[in-house]
Amino acid sequence: MATAPIKTTTTVLDLPDPLSLDCGRSLENVRIAYETYGELNAARDNAIFIAHALTGDHYVASPNPITGKPGWWLRMVGPGKPIDTDRFFVICANVLGSCMGSTGPASSGPDGVPYAMDFPVITIRDMVRGHVALLDALGIERLHSVVGGSMGGMQALSLAANFPDRTASALIIASTARHSAQNIAFHEVGRQAIMADPEWREGNYYGHSENAKKGGPEKGLAVARMAAHITYLSETGLTEKFGRNLQDRAEKTFGFDADFQVESYLRHQGLSFTDRFDANSYLYITRAMDYFDLAEEHGGILASAFAQTDARFCLISFDTDWLYPTAESRNIVHALNAAGAPVSFVELSAPFGHDSFLLDVPSLDRVIDGFLKQ
Amino acid sequence: MNNLRPDLAVIAENVAQQSRILDVGCGDGTLLEALRDKRDCDARGMEIDSANVAECVGKGLSVIQGDADRDLAFYPDGAFDYAILSQTLQTTMRPALVLRELLRIGERAFVSFPNFAHWRVRLSLLWGGRMPVTRQLPIKWYETPNIHFSSIDDFRALLSAMDIKVENAWFLSGDKRRSPAAANLRAEHAVFLLSK
Repeated sequence: MATAPIKTTTTVLDLPDPLSLDCGRSLENVRIAYETYGELNAARDNAIFIAHALTGDHYVASPNPITGKPGWWLRMVGPGKPIDTDRFFVICANVLGSCMGSTGPASSGPDGVPYAMDFPVITIRDMVRGHVALLDALGIERLHSVVGGSMGGMQALSLAANFPDRTASALIIASTARHSAQNIAFHEVGRQAIMADPEWREGNYYGHSENAKKGGPEKGLAVARMAAHITYLSETGLTEKFGRNLQDRAEKTFGFDADFQVESYLRHQGLSFTDRFDANSYLYITRAMDYFDLAEEHGGILASAFAQTDARFCLISFDTDWLYPTAESRNIVHALNAAGAPVSFVELSAPFGHDSFLLDVPSLDRVIDGFLKQ
Repeated sequence: MNNLRPDLAVIAENVAQQSRILDVGCGDGTLLEALRDKRDCDARGMEIDSANVAECVGKGLSVIQGDADRDLAFYPDGAFDYAILSQTLQTTMRPALVLRELLRIGERAFVSFPNFAHWRVRLSLLWGGRMPVTRQLPIKWYETPNIHFSSIDDFRALLSAMDIKVENAWFLSGDKRRSPAAANLRAEHAVFLLSK
């Protein structure tokens, strides 16, 4: 796909007021890093907020300055693309708790040293509070749409449910209204891998290396990423890509090297992740996801979460996604039906598992384009 | 609405302006589009086929992928002015239950279905001794999604047994209207407007 240069603006917003959090604490001097693409129209009603996933960032359609990689949703966001920056003013902000520019456990606290484990435990709703503060600063009262895949979908749901006046529609892809026992279990494996690494030092590993994102529990973080990465792919996808192929060798070594290609691939995924991500951020954000239960926030009835909103909804799942399977989307759709909300839902066929929302699925483009044009 | 399939044209002409509609088995959304654009309806759909749903949402319609046999239960009572089931009843596992659900979530229901007692069908069985393959029933018995055939008289008997009121009925052969007289023999398909 040819890529025209996109007008982009990276900015950092220092929130004027402390952010009140679900845990009861309040966080001062919160910084939100974000990018925008396209132009806000005179009526200020053409804004689309894109919420990123667990390890994502705000570089949705522009190169990440740290990795040099192109924007993570460049195939979806840009001039003439389904999220059309010629028509829409697109905003993407790094979530609270992350390490890509917004305030997180690696940021300096009031005493000038990194928060580390003194950072408050945050929730998806807290992340959304940060987004809404950003919308306030940008003078956007009501979004045309809030869009997100995976954890981004949770933020989209939370924004529509908790700030019903702030969006006219919500597009939720490969996501869920609550983390299942299996979801929590996989995250706990990752967290334990980090915390079992002696370099974690109860979270106080900052300053032990020049690069804030290097040093620390790299081995634990790599293992966490390896385990998580498996959940983002489908068994068929893994089999097709690697099968039982051996890595640069003709025979098994009868040792514990990466004999198999799939091992080598996962090790690479784990290692390269430690170059760009902070281990404590990983702990905090996975916790926020595990705590997410939209029904619980609204008296245990999911339909009640949508009682105040007049937004249109669109939910998309993928048939090979076993992390947030179709049943999770259907559960949300049924609640929206009960609440009388206008909702579209489709399960798309794609071979890539949970990661399908980031990859080449032409039917996904059509559905997103059609939904946002309304 | 001139390009609509004949049974859909009947439904579109008889839906009140600005109604709340659920089209169950909405296919590619042709009727929903007509109702939204020409009748200013809040028109929503349910469709079992993923490609059809993607096409509908691509057209800007609110359509969910779902199964009439399973997913109607999740709508509250009286959520719609009309529930529409066109050429779908005969594909459901439990037609009586689906009818009950239509009239629970809709104040009224439009139901259209092929008439298995049309004379061509009768002739095919009587003289050919074979399951009919006709304009309305174009697929051979072993591939057809139609699992619960009925005649117009069968359908009326079911309505009567379920205490469902017939507010109106239209009988069609191709795009031609047939009179109610001898409709069970002469109509290829029928459209009923029902209420509790």
